[in-house]
Amino acid sequence: MNEIELKNVSFAYPGDETNPPVRALDNVSLEIEKGSFTAILGHNGSGKSTLARIMCMLDTPEYGSVIIDGRDMTADGITEKDVLDARRKVGMVFQNPDNQIVATIVEEDVAFGCENLGIPSAEIRRRVDEALETVGMTKYARHAPHKLSGGQKQRVAIAGVIAMRRECIIFDESTAMLDPMGRREVLETIDKLNEEGITVVLITHYMEEATRADRVYVLNDGRVLTSGTPSDVFSDPETLWNASLDVPQTTELLYKLRQRGLDVPLDVFDPEKCAKVIRDALKKKKTADGA
Amino acid sequence: MAVVELRGVNYIYNKNTPYEVHALKDIDLSVNEGEITGIIGHTGSGKSTMVQLINGILKPTSGQVFVDGSDIWKEPKKIREVRFKAGVVMQYPEYQLFAETVFDDIAFGPKNMGLDEDEIKERVTAAAAFANVPQELMMRSPFDLSGGQKRRVALAGVIAMDPKVLILDEPAAGLDPGGRADILGGLKKYQREKGTSIIIVSHSMEDMANWCDRILVLADGKIILDGTPDKVFSRFNDLIGLGLDVPQITRVAAALSRRGIDLGDVYTVGYAADKISELF
Repeated sequence: MNEIELKNVSFAYPGDETNPPVRALDNVSLEIEKGSFTAILGHNGSGKSTLARIMCMLDTPEYGSVIIDGRDMTADGITEKDVLDARRKVGMVFQNPDNQIVATIVEEDVAFGCENLGIPSAEIRRRVDEALETVGMTKYARHAPHKLSGGQKQRVAIAGVIAMRRECIIFDESTAMLDPMGRREVLETIDKLNEEGITVVLITHYMEEATRADRVYVLNDGRVLTSGTPSDVFSDPETLWNASLDVPQTTELLYKLRQRGLDVPLDVFDPEKCAKVIRDALKKKKTADGA
Repeated sequence: MAVVELRGVNYIYNKNTPYEVHALKDIDLSVNEGEITGIIGHTGSGKSTMVQLINGILKPTSGQVFVDGSDIWKEPKKIREVRFKAGVVMQYPEYQLFAETVFDDIAFGPKNMGLDEDEIKERVTAAAAFANVPQELMMRSPFDLSGGQKRRVALAGVIAMDPKVLILDEPAAGLDPGGRADILGGLKKYQREKGTSIIIVSHSMEDMANWCDRILVLADGKIILDGTPDKVFSRFNDLIGLGLDVPQITRVAAALSRRGIDLGDVYTVGYAADKISELF
């Protein structure tokens, strides 16, 4: 069962007197399975954020269909209420932690979305406590958000989305502005949410982050350049390099060694495992050369 | 010669209040001419305070700051001149563009320096070339550009002041790998051709390893590590303990060393591949 499915979606931003229209997505099809972890990679301007906006139904495609939880949102007869219902299934966390906090107390900020949905206050209280617990921010419930670190602010933003009970959360480069510790905190939170059954879509420039996904889509100039498991996608570094993307450093090292004649696989992303395959390959080569 | 020097510098925020924070503690530092120096450190380690001290935005609580050989607080009225010598490119500078055209935006600094029209034009053209801003964009509105282009316009604006030292806070944040290489490669080229010293503050250990001549690690207001990238990243456990990171490739080298294959200090993929290739 798919949470989100896009079929042949195209989208263009309208132009004006001085600028021609910009085609942001060109015939994109993808499937986000329920409960899965999908990573979307692509250089700046490749269409990633447009794709995210379409998946949240903040924008409507020019051509193609957007199917949320089995219902085609672009079909005839879809009412505004249907769209609203579908929107309540998909949440989004943005890049800049400072642009998505609205309240002056952490728990009020987490409650903001729920209040707008008209949820009874006892229920909101329960959801907020639970959401703060999930992201590990219970201790900071009564704090002022502006004094938190970037990673903590992002976790507050995530809590706000969880409290609204979204089935699917799209993270649009939500780790890009954080320091290494903040990134780690947010990624651990994302992993935890995914384990609890929430569908995760992670848009990122960090190749290492994409290695944890079930499935990776690579966008280039508004099209899907390649997709598959992280192993499939990163085993072809040249395609990614040509799209001005990168591969994890482990893959780059193994690729270079393979070119020089060492028999190693390319799809090893953990430094420990990478060291192990190199040692084994060196041993094997020595035995073969000795024989 | 040292282009920037800090002697016994302390900085205390909200001194003599309950909110007192001792952000920098007895810092002695010389930044050498023509080098790219990287500063890394956890959020709150004192990196931004240090940048603001060098630029004369903050005045040290005690100690002295020298830029291009002179004590910047000797004549406090002239502090504005320091900002032309030590040019700072803030984080996400694309949000600070404001002029009607790209040309005017880049020309803003040189105009404030009181240069004449011809000199301004020359500076803008040269700065745009270093920052990879194409000439055909000059008459466009900066708001019509892509994020990467805007970032390069902001960088050109500071380069146009021809500073002695160029200080950048996370110059490549949020850019894709191609964009990162464009910006950082452009800086390297600028440093090589003009001999300008560059200070980069960043969390990206991979970028720091690839582009810096020297790396300083700040923690809790002190410089705790200072050296070439290979020396600094060899202190693997210290860095991790500080909530920092090391390049992934350095982790691979450490894991190989535990398995009896010692490559020495490794921080770039090319070097690691060469060292391993020697073994077969």
